[in-house]
Amino acid sequence: MTATLSRREWLLSEQPASRRQARLGQGYRTWLALRANPLAMIGLAIVLTLVVVALLANVIAPYDPIVGGDLRTERLLPPSGTHLMGTDEQARDIFSRLVHGSRITLMVVALVAVIATPIGLLVGTTAGYFGGWVDTVLMRITDIFLAFPRLILALAFVAALGPGIENAIIAIAITSWPPYARLARAETLTIRDTDYINAIRLQGARPVRIIWGHVVPLCLSSVIIRVTLDMAGIILTAAGLGFLGLGAQPPQPEWGAMIAGGRRFIIDQWWVVTMPGLAIFVVSLGFNFLGDGLRDVLDPKARK
Amino acid sequence: MSALLTVEDLRITFPTRQGPSEVVRGVSFTLGRERLGIVGESGSGKSQTGRALLGLTPPPGTATAKRLEFDGIDLRSASPKQWRALRGGRMSMVMQDPKFSLNPVMTIGRQIMEALAFHGRSSRAEKKARAMAMLEAVQIRDPERVFRAYPHELSGGMGQRAMIAMMLVTEPDLLIADEPTSALDVTVQIEVLRILDALVTDRGMGLIFISHDLRLVASFCDRVLVMYAGRVVEELKASELDRAQHPYTQGLMNCLPKIDNDTRPLPTMTRDASWAL
Repeated sequence: MTATLSRREWLLSEQPASRRQARLGQGYRTWLALRANPLAMIGLAIVLTLVVVALLANVIAPYDPIVGGDLRTERLLPPSGTHLMGTDEQARDIFSRLVHGSRITLMVVALVAVIATPIGLLVGTTAGYFGGWVDTVLMRITDIFLAFPRLILALAFVAALGPGIENAIIAIAITSWPPYARLARAETLTIRDTDYINAIRLQGARPVRIIWGHVVPLCLSSVIIRVTLDMAGIILTAAGLGFLGLGAQPPQPEWGAMIAGGRRFIIDQWWVVTMPGLAIFVVSLGFNFLGDGLRDVLDPKARK
Repeated sequence: MSALLTVEDLRITFPTRQGPSEVVRGVSFTLGRERLGIVGESGSGKSQTGRALLGLTPPPGTATAKRLEFDGIDLRSASPKQWRALRGGRMSMVMQDPKFSLNPVMTIGRQIMEALAFHGRSSRAEKKARAMAMLEAVQIRDPERVFRAYPHELSGGMGQRAMIAMMLVTEPDLLIADEPTSALDVTVQIEVLRILDALVTDRGMGLIFISHDLRLVASFCDRVLVMYAGRVVEELKASELDRAQHPYTQGLMNCLPKIDNDTRPLPTMTRDASWAL
């Protein structure tokens, strides 16, 4: 019987024989739903390309991203066969710098997500679970963070911490947790009065255990979707800080900093600014498409 | 019989726009290691009484009492730490509907083992063994499968048995069962009750059985409290239920259909405003 079934039929079976089959089938169905959305697939392709490029940067990049060529003959060359995207004012190959810059971009996105998500979850679930004055204090702090435009607040933090890519990551993380806290609090409010939370409470569980063991797992899915939707914003903020000279410092090949360095030549040597700008545009678009597609597929509440 | 639980003049108040509303008004009783039934209609305060005993009166409600003692511990002044040790460890509660009282994203096994983790340290293997033994004790035929199952994969009766297992695995001294069978089929009801009865008798626990089903309580408990509008209107032995004095209890008894006595139409309750005073 099993031998006659194709793998696709096995995955889509209405009567899965084992829990593993059911789980794989569920995953396959999610994948099919995602695949039906062309924009999401474009986004996925862009993000996957970014990851591959970042992993293989040393192999892909034809030149050194930091040390340029001959300053007398190779400065500001237009795009050509030898320099795919031209060279900048230090005679460095722009394509190689973009390729290495993808590592920085990916690192920023990953670290911000890893730092900001737990903070947001912790603040939101704590506020929602305890309520009362704890809720008031935590949510008013969240409101204070939300009252400032994100880039301005990040600027203030970097100015205080000192410029540099690590500080930029910390600053972006500090400014991006409040929406997650809001979301987690709203979810917690609906969860905390349910009978199973009461049941675990009357088994003698500590609040910490209830929050981490029972409330957080239930909030996690919606928060994760929100984080993927925010990744484009994180990239833009990081590039903005780099452009203003407060993020990655020269000679690091960060895309925002590259635009800042090339803006003096924007009229005569357009490629110096355009190439990193395109990279930022394409990658944030990719994350947005993917995030939107994932939300449509994974969030049952948003489904029509 | 030494008293396991002493309640004197328990009052539960909820603030409303029309001023405070007292839903439980001076309930007093004592409980030894016996089966006590609390019967009453919806809104008579029986569930709130049960919750208050565990300190789980939902805010903004407040519970006050002249005396509220569990095995010599004054519950009114218990610290959060004392409460955590008592709840689950020494007293626990089976709730009405297993659909809502089991965490949907955790397996049954994990939830049972978690209860053990709060009270006393033991190794993972030991906890698992105890959880499996408990699942067998509530007569689940395939404990290995149920252990790994999520709540939505179980039927109502299985879920309620898993809930009972979860609440009894720590071997508490007092179990409060708040309408444990109301969400179940009649056939499953009897089975769950039989399991509960056997466990309570074997382990010598005190049981408070909250229900609106007078006949069920009468056949299952030693003593019955009849509540009406937040007060205990009558307390009597289950075997002497037909000798009830209070008109409300008599009314409840008369409402029950009898097989050999075809009274049509069934008598309805005529309420007297003086009962609620």
